[in-house]
Amino acid sequence: MLSRTADCLFWLGRYSERAGNVARGLAATLRMALLANPLSAADDEWRALLIATGCEPGFRERHAGLTQDAAVQWLTLDSGNPGGIAAGIEAARRNARTVRTALTVDMWEAINDTWIEFRRLDSSAIRGDRLPGFLDWVRSRTLLFNGAAADTMLRNDAWRFCHLGTILERADNTARLLDVRHPAFAAEAAEDAANYAQWQAVLRSVSALRAFQHVYHARLSPARVAELLLLRPELPRSLLACYRRVEQTLDAIAEANGGQRGECHRLAGALHGRLRQGDVDGILEAGLHDFLTGIIDQNMLLGQEIGQFYLNGRQP
Amino acid sequence: MADRPAAAFDEMNAEGVIRPPYAEMARFLDATGQEALDQKRREAEVLFRRIGVTFAVYTEGGDPERLIPFDVIPRILSRAEWDRLGQGLEQRVRALNAFLADVYGPKEIIKAGRIPAELVLENEGYLKQMEGFTPPGGVYTVISGIDLVRTGADEFYVLEDNCRTPSGVSYMLENREAMLRLFPELFTRHRIAPVSHYPEELLETLKSIAPAGAGAEPKVVVLTPGPYNSAYYEHSFLADEMGVELVEGADLFVRDLQVFMRTTAGPQKVDVIYRRIDDDYLDPEAFRADSALGVPGLMAAYKAGNVALANAPGAGIADDKAVYPYVPEMVRFYLGEEPILSNVPTFMCEREADREHVLANLDKLVVKLARGSGGYGMLVGPHATEEQRADFAARIRARPGDYIAQPTLALSTVPTLCEEGFAPRHVDLRPFVLFGRTVRMVPGGLTRVALRDGSLVVNSSQGGGTKDTWVVEDFFAQQSQTLGGMTQTQTLTTIPPAATSGED
Repeated sequence: MLSRTADCLFWLGRYSERAGNVARGLAATLRMALLANPLSAADDEWRALLIATGCEPGFRERHAGLTQDAAVQWLTLDSGNPGGIAAGIEAARRNARTVRTALTVDMWEAINDTWIEFRRLDSSAIRGDRLPGFLDWVRSRTLLFNGAAADTMLRNDAWRFCHLGTILERADNTARLLDVRHPAFAAEAAEDAANYAQWQAVLRSVSALRAFQHVYHARLSPARVAELLLLRPELPRSLLACYRRVEQTLDAIAEANGGQRGECHRLAGALHGRLRQGDVDGILEAGLHDFLTGIIDQNMLLGQEIGQFYLNGRQP
Repeated sequence: MADRPAAAFDEMNAEGVIRPPYAEMARFLDATGQEALDQKRREAEVLFRRIGVTFAVYTEGGDPERLIPFDVIPRILSRAEWDRLGQGLEQRVRALNAFLADVYGPKEIIKAGRIPAELVLENEGYLKQMEGFTPPGGVYTVISGIDLVRTGADEFYVLEDNCRTPSGVSYMLENREAMLRLFPELFTRHRIAPVSHYPEELLETLKSIAPAGAGAEPKVVVLTPGPYNSAYYEHSFLADEMGVELVEGADLFVRDLQVFMRTTAGPQKVDVIYRRIDDDYLDPEAFRADSALGVPGLMAAYKAGNVALANAPGAGIADDKAVYPYVPEMVRFYLGEEPILSNVPTFMCEREADREHVLANLDKLVVKLARGSGGYGMLVGPHATEEQRADFAARIRARPGDYIAQPTLALSTVPTLCEEGFAPRHVDLRPFVLFGRTVRMVPGGLTRVALRDGSLVVNSSQGGGTKDTWVVEDFFAQQSQTLGGMTQTQTLTTIPPAATSGED
């Protein structure tokens, strides 16, 4: 496969997933902000989400104060925000158009229809009562795209690179969403209503509130929530599940491309291994924030190494 | 409103009589009515928008991805009409190739005094780098688009030849797909020659010009300037349909006079490049040094015989508007045959007698730039204002060599869905001719239609649209086909809506 095609597929997967993840995070935050009093200050909620999605520095440059309306606008319709939904949909569609020949018709239609409809929206689409419906729509469009990819793509490199982008982005998202609420997981954090709401918000933002009950049949606790998101293989958005698939996918790519391996394969293996052997009490004891910061850095490095090895066109 | 040339030939309804190929269609239109068809037109628009069949205009603001208007009433040719056109097209393309091989080789036609030396050798379209070089297979115009117009039942003229990167074949194919979805019923009532095998024919043709060292399965790619090119949809469509890679210049590199593409498995050798990039941008080492679209060293690899390019660089000399008047002469000179397809009579402003005639008759003539595409830089005399004509007269006097003129032909019309109902609109036809080891065409081509009442300009950049083009078997042909089994001949055609900057 052309390196550039692989690059577009990889970023198509990443951006499409990102748009859905921002919508999920936003829905959870919206709920927290509504419950803010007396559990926490609404502003903190929005700031946390901006930080988690990496959209905070850009926001601060353009906005003097933090309000819900400004934060929502920045994360949804403002295409000037590279980490927002608008930029995600734009970039996903741009990449898709560039490599249309590598996509199935169903994938193309999923992404193109999203883009067409998104461009018709005006700012009233995210106001007041319409915001939850909008966020559901974005989430469902990402699900449709992922479903179209999973159900219609040949299991060749096109599928592998697109999927690799999706799961790498998903891992990054899970790590960030958890990290931004890390104080609620500190050893000294009280098991009070405020922290309980935080744990719930974390689960909600990865659509795992029900899943928690199915796995644990027990009350939320910081250790269980952290374990679910970090180490449980059953949860498709847990770091372990994501990196297992990252490693498998990279292995399959290496196999299909003459067996050559590079630093990206080593890194992916190391990340997966670290999580497979991880134990949640140890992680919490050493500090969740440090652990997650390490994962996020490694994830970024992994993305760069994949780029170097496969996507930028290695010179002969 | 505008004065339509007196007696435009209507292909459905000539002098009040429905012509046989349109018999079913006329009944259908009577029975269906405008409203139902208008509904179909809207469905077609949604369809095209969804599939993304657009051409890109990034310069004018507004929606960067536009639809070319699609008219749901097809243009219909009989098998007999098409067969005659097909023969004429094959003859013409063979002559154009012989001409190219000659002017980049022995130059017999110039020595014989049948075309002026300076017209060819000092032409901007003449590429000195191709001098003395024979491309793989000896073929220059692997894909040609020949624009035809019609003025009567048996009168077809070649308006121009497109030997560089003719576009529009994707519209021919998508128009047919749209019609199949919108009017399945109509297809059961006609026996319409299929066109959907065009991409296979194209791939076969491209493989057939692979260099000798390519092996049994030559690697073919489509080279595009990228997603911002107006015809990008077509580039990706063709690559997809052929199942080959769509590459940009930066995806390719040359090492040891071989062309490779950068892949996830490392470098992979490329044998045939269907390039949709102009000559000037192909190789910054050979042509424009500032080209970021091309591949450094590509020409050297080409001239070493290690890669085939379709079409050959320098093929543009054959479709130059100043060379066009000599094409019938090429047919006689190289093939020893009389041309089956006629040229439109053409006045060359460079010649004094012609120029005087043109200047005296500007109100009756169409004046064109000798080099130019897309309907720009063009004067349609009968529709122009006094000032526009004066402006062109001054331009012609200043640079006579840049202009040619032709009579305003009464282009044939086909019923078209307009706001006021069905109305006749002028059409042309661009069949696509593939030339490798053999000549291949799919029946028909792209019909372009001037949607404005009275307009003769069919370019999509100038308010033109497209129609599906049907070649229908007539009754006796049907009988013999049914009795004698499939006796298909190889023919291919397609036509581009020349909405495309940088492409013909």
